[in-house]
Amino acid sequence: MIEFTVNGTKQKVDVEPEMPLLWVLRDELGITSPKYGCGVAQCGACTVHIDGSAVRSCQAHIGDVAGKAVTTIDGIDKGDQHPVLQAWIEHQVPQCGYCQTGQIMQAISLLELIPKPTNEDINEVMSGNLCRCGTYPRIRAAIHSAAAKMAEK
Amino acid sequence: MGEIIDISRRAFLFGSAAVAGGVAFGSYGRAEQILMTASGNPLAAGLAPNAVTFNPWVEISPERITLIAQHADIGQGVGSVQPYMIAEEMDLDPGQFEIRFAAPSPAYFNTGFADEFAPFLSADQSPAAQKARADTLEYLRKTGFQMTGGSSAVPDTYEKLRVAGAIARETLKAAAAKRSGVAVAELRTQSGHVILPDGSKIPYVELSAEAANIPPIVDVKLRDPSQWRLLGKPMTRLDIQSKATGKMKFGIDMKIEGMVFASVKLNPNKGQPLKSHDASKAQSMPGVKKILEIKNGVAVIATNSWYAMKAVEAIDCEWAPSTYPAEQADHWKNLESSFMPEFLGKEWRKIGDVDTGLKSGALVEAEYRAPYVAHQPLEPLNGIGLFKDDRLELLLGHQSPQLVQNVAANAIGLKPEQVTFHNQWTGGSFGHRLEYENVRVLAEIAKQMSGTPVKLVFSREEDFRQDIPRQIAIARNRGSVDKNKIVTADLKLASTAPLNGLLERSLIPSKDPDAQLAAGLWNVYYDIPNFRATTYEAKGLSPCTTWRSVGASTAGFFTESFIDELIHEAGLDPLNARIEMCTVPTHRKVLEAVAEMSEWKGPLGNGKGRGVAFVESFGTATAEVIEVSMTDRGIKIENVWIAAEVGKVVDPVNFENQVQGGVVWGVGHAINCELTYAKGAVQQTNYNHHEAMRIYQCPVIKVRGLENGPKVRGIGEPPVPPAAPALANAIFAATGKRIREMPFNKFIDFV
Repeated sequence: MIEFTVNGTKQKVDVEPEMPLLWVLRDELGITSPKYGCGVAQCGACTVHIDGSAVRSCQAHIGDVAGKAVTTIDGIDKGDQHPVLQAWIEHQVPQCGYCQTGQIMQAISLLELIPKPTNEDINEVMSGNLCRCGTYPRIRAAIHSAAAKMAEK
Repeated sequence: MGEIIDISRRAFLFGSAAVAGGVAFGSYGRAEQILMTASGNPLAAGLAPNAVTFNPWVEISPERITLIAQHADIGQGVGSVQPYMIAEEMDLDPGQFEIRFAAPSPAYFNTGFADEFAPFLSADQSPAAQKARADTLEYLRKTGFQMTGGSSAVPDTYEKLRVAGAIARETLKAAAAKRSGVAVAELRTQSGHVILPDGSKIPYVELSAEAANIPPIVDVKLRDPSQWRLLGKPMTRLDIQSKATGKMKFGIDMKIEGMVFASVKLNPNKGQPLKSHDASKAQSMPGVKKILEIKNGVAVIATNSWYAMKAVEAIDCEWAPSTYPAEQADHWKNLESSFMPEFLGKEWRKIGDVDTGLKSGALVEAEYRAPYVAHQPLEPLNGIGLFKDDRLELLLGHQSPQLVQNVAANAIGLKPEQVTFHNQWTGGSFGHRLEYENVRVLAEIAKQMSGTPVKLVFSREEDFRQDIPRQIAIARNRGSVDKNKIVTADLKLASTAPLNGLLERSLIPSKDPDAQLAAGLWNVYYDIPNFRATTYEAKGLSPCTTWRSVGASTAGFFTESFIDELIHEAGLDPLNARIEMCTVPTHRKVLEAVAEMSEWKGPLGNGKGRGVAFVESFGTATAEVIEVSMTDRGIKIENVWIAAEVGKVVDPVNFENQVQGGVVWGVGHAINCELTYAKGAVQQTNYNHHEAMRIYQCPVIKVRGLENGPKVRGIGEPPVPPAAPALANAIFAATGKRIREMPFNKFIDFV
């Protein structure tokens, strides 16, 4: 049994320790907001936070996640809407939307590290998150707008 | 188009309130034409007690209002803009209705293909062209051709969904009139209610049972766009909230109680079977429940997707070899030798005397190439299948519901009516979900697992290996320039056939030349006195299919790069020359728009360059100006200005997003993507080999939609074709170097 928490709730799973966190979340726990896109850390669609840091959940072996706190977007979307989610909705970023939960989890992490990012900062941190629909102009705008919202608080 | 197989055998029950199916519609011209179908209203069959359906797009029960999105949602916003079009006329607000995707039914035939399938230039408004379009529409109606594609989602539904909403509104008013004794003329509707003169309100849902007993009011008049509450204004897409919060369930997120998980390894020599396999290693791997042999590969059934993927990787397979050349170099050789009479597709257009024209002035010749490219939407191919009691139930996202039934049925010896299909939200498509790789294998697996629901997920690598690519093509263009004028353009291309390939795999083969190869080749609206456009169809190469913007994605690059070379030879300004040569006034306005937006003033100098391209695809004239700068690390793509003529911008925010995404798609794949074959299999199996654009390369993209044209046109694909030639032309302006082959990073570095 491997124990860890997801969005504050204790979870126990009985799987191979090499199994990626992504598939544990999706197939064992039914938490489908992290998406499978590439399986090799090339797309970022599976991004979650582990102990507060953005991680590609397809690369995190569940055995290494034991005892740690995992946050998916479901753990972000609670009570007062997070400024990054607000910005994403206001700018109507998604098209197909499949990459967007990963984009948002990465953007939250970016804004925690750099509260007022430049376009270069955004390029640096967000380039690992692929969007096949090409919503990049809106992702950029939403991150700037979220940064402004967070600065007001 | 070839003959579409008979799908009318599928019987639909006719409810008393079913309106389609030959019932008179009053006199609303084209709307009447659109709503009439051969098969009636598919919603009538499944109607709950006291519920009503007025047409194939609206269903009301005492509990809820359900609006049907006719097309598949592949990220383009169908699941939002289509319900909005109904809601506009029905006086519904967001939040007052549920959305469901259309089931397979001829009632949902796509009127939007009438223009594209009729063999006339879209700008041709002659009686002969109009008649051909009307005939094509009848053909589409007769065959019930239901497909999402060709940028047709709005053109197909712009009128009929508003009519559907208006019929619902008027019939609900009639029901309220009957109940209240107030004349219909004194009733109005607002926000999901009928409002009586005294201000009292009756919710639509309370009128469902009574409305079911009234013949639908079909003599309706659509509101003038000036009265619109929602359409044409910056609407919020209905799926934005759920997509931004992770609550949206895509096909890959669906679940059926008791399901098991499957993954597959299929013959990478596309279309060929499995010869033998050795699963001894996989059998004892964690979570493995069963190993199945299917026609073109093997499947592992396991307790989760990851166990299934790991185990299927460990199976050794012996494959039947490919029928196409094993090595990429031989694909190019085949194409090079396809410019021969025996491979002639068609001479699509001939103006003047090309052979004489080529002898006057300076001769310009150039060859261009476009490689195979993958679709690779971020949600891999997947699906849930349950085979039980000689019936197959499928949950997956697909662009052609009836064809899914046909292909799945054909794969396992059922009749199409024994296959139930539930369309799902998809994480993109770009043409990928018009093919059937997941459908066929899921049908086979489900049949072998009879009684147990199976969820199939392709690994990304498997998805790449089975991706039926965009056509490969070579153009050999010749032209002449005399006295600062283009005198001749003789455009020839050899290519694999994307649309005919798709139709064949859809079990509706066509014998006609592939008309998609003419897109971007023959619909050139420049005043060139001698012009010829000819296609050759290569045989024996990789299967190919429709990739966002289809034929125009390659021919648009060839044609507009060559036009640029001719303009340069003539010593003219690339944008002003195009404006002066353009023969269609509404098209010319598109070029003028990008000139204005970019403040075009000719060469920039200082290592900067601008290029322009102008391609009409699916009837939408689209012009792009791209600005690049030369840095010490390579080309930087700085700015893009793009304008498109669509007749009406229905969903402005989404419009801008689609157009920007089309530019990103077109530029991204042009700079760094290709699929190449080795030993019969593609060598690129994940995004690190086939990357397209990431955010750091994304330019600033300014968008304008024009509304001067006579028809409402689509926007999902048309921004793609001009992107590659505009970029190549910009690189020429900045560096003096002509790039005539995609991907461009084979010839120049990009920052």
